[in-house]
Amino acid sequence: MARAITTQRKTINTLFAWAVGLIIFFPILWIFVLSFKSEGDAIKAPFEVLTSAWTLDSYATVQDRSDYFKHFWNSVTIAVGSTLLGILVAVPAAWSMAFVPSKRTRGILMWMLSTKMLPAVGVLYPIYIGFIKLGLLDTRIGLVIVLMLINLPIIVWMLYTYFKEIPGEILEAARMDGAGLREEVMYVLTPMAVPGIASTLLLNVILAWNEAFWTLNLTAAKAAPLTAFIASYSSPEGLFYAKLSAASVMAIAPILIMGWFSQKQLVRGLTFGAVK
Amino acid sequence: MATQHSQSAARIMMAPAVILLLGWMLVPLTMTLYFSFKKYLPLRGGDLGWVGFENYTRFVSSSSFWPAVATTLIIVGGVLVITIFLGVLLALLLDQPMWGQGVVRILVIAPFFVMPTVSGLVWKNMFMDPTNGFLAYMWRAFGAEPVQWLSQASMPSLIMIVSWQWLPFATLILLTAIQSLDSEQIEAAEMDGASWFSRFRFIILPHLSRAITVVLLIQTIFLLSIFAEIFVTTAGSFGTKTLTYLIFQRVLESQNVGLGSAGGVYAIILANIVAAFLIRIVGKNLDA
Repeated sequence: MARAITTQRKTINTLFAWAVGLIIFFPILWIFVLSFKSEGDAIKAPFEVLTSAWTLDSYATVQDRSDYFKHFWNSVTIAVGSTLLGILVAVPAAWSMAFVPSKRTRGILMWMLSTKMLPAVGVLYPIYIGFIKLGLLDTRIGLVIVLMLINLPIIVWMLYTYFKEIPGEILEAARMDGAGLREEVMYVLTPMAVPGIASTLLLNVILAWNEAFWTLNLTAAKAAPLTAFIASYSSPEGLFYAKLSAASVMAIAPILIMGWFSQKQLVRGLTFGAVK
Repeated sequence: MATQHSQSAARIMMAPAVILLLGWMLVPLTMTLYFSFKKYLPLRGGDLGWVGFENYTRFVSSSSFWPAVATTLIIVGGVLVITIFLGVLLALLLDQPMWGQGVVRILVIAPFFVMPTVSGLVWKNMFMDPTNGFLAYMWRAFGAEPVQWLSQASMPSLIMIVSWQWLPFATLILLTAIQSLDSEQIEAAEMDGASWFSRFRFIILPHLSRAITVVLLIQTIFLLSIFAEIFVTTAGSFGTKTLTYLIFQRVLESQNVGLGSAGGVYAIILANIVAAFLIRIVGKNLDA
């Protein structure tokens, strides 16, 4: 990489790339701006919007009128709950497939991947009616279970690709040094597996947070996470740009920040290790 | 190394995940198949008996079937073309030396993390609204009549919204692939006098072909089942009813479960065809 790059060329690259980046990012930036405006100002022409007064009112209104934090908390419970449950189920499976592979391991992994491809709408009614029968409709536990199941293949796959990278020799070395199974797991394997598990956790919380088929169809007022809560703005009354912006900013901010930290894992997780 | 003992332990460790996924797949699938052969109207008489393949033929011969297929193909195809074309360009751009590369990358991938209902509503209201939307003001600033985006240009609008969401994904994966390219190869080509275009055509593009295929297939799987973006913007009107949306309406809105289930079976078959290709590619990688 010792190529000399002229400052001029680098400047042009920089300007061009920043311009493109800002255009792509603009909608997010714009709702951020609108969320600090009054409803009256938020629908003005863009230049007038910028010069109008800034206010925190919308954030307060969203909370007062619709109990925003209830929905926020629903999102947290559902996203984190489904991911943790999924990891609990997936760790032993991925572990055994990575360290004790058999002839069937490959087939099982492929089959798990194929369940991810099942179009949700194809099984909408059975799940819907099942939820009614079991009293799970509009409950958080119901969504935790469904989102755990739809993300389980990705979780298993991600963990598997991470575990595969732990060299088996290191276990043998530990054993030679007299480590028992307990020490082996606690002091050798776990520390090496933690980064992989953490990445998997991060990406799957993001995916579960943004899931918008089951959350829209299986919740009503009580267990609705932010995806469904925001959707209730699709038939608004009166002025609502500022409130919609405030609600949206709060809904996407935590995940945006997590997402920026998980760029690498995103590629790996969503391509099932096909691109690293 | 794997002993009999560790093999059986491995099987036990795998069991919960396998059983759960097996149940998740088989139970609803069997029920969908079961319903698809019945006349089943929960709100108008319930289970009205077996009807053989009638639901399957009725679903295909209904006047909304072929438009829904066309809509689905146009959305999936449109978004794929846009995201892959722009994604390659963006990945090439982001790979160039510049100041603040990390920040630009963050800006570019941000839309991917915006939940579908938010991006649908934000585009619909704050940007595509014909009176107060940002684009309407832009149009007026240039003396043009604002476009009624989601009613008069519903498909391009929807394709644009979905492309905005998926462009980051394509870019990020293609960028990762470009960065894994051996820079010495490019330098050698450069020294041999290869033009920028031929470097791209004969080194970078072949190197990217695998990543492009992966992007193509994974996006197809996700795009075939987009739902929330349509749900909050047009709710299936103005010719934006995809196959997924049509099935959703049959099942939950008009509560014609038999008919909707037959549609669901078609959707499952379609997704499986795409999935078969994807799985083959991922599987090849597993051997490597």
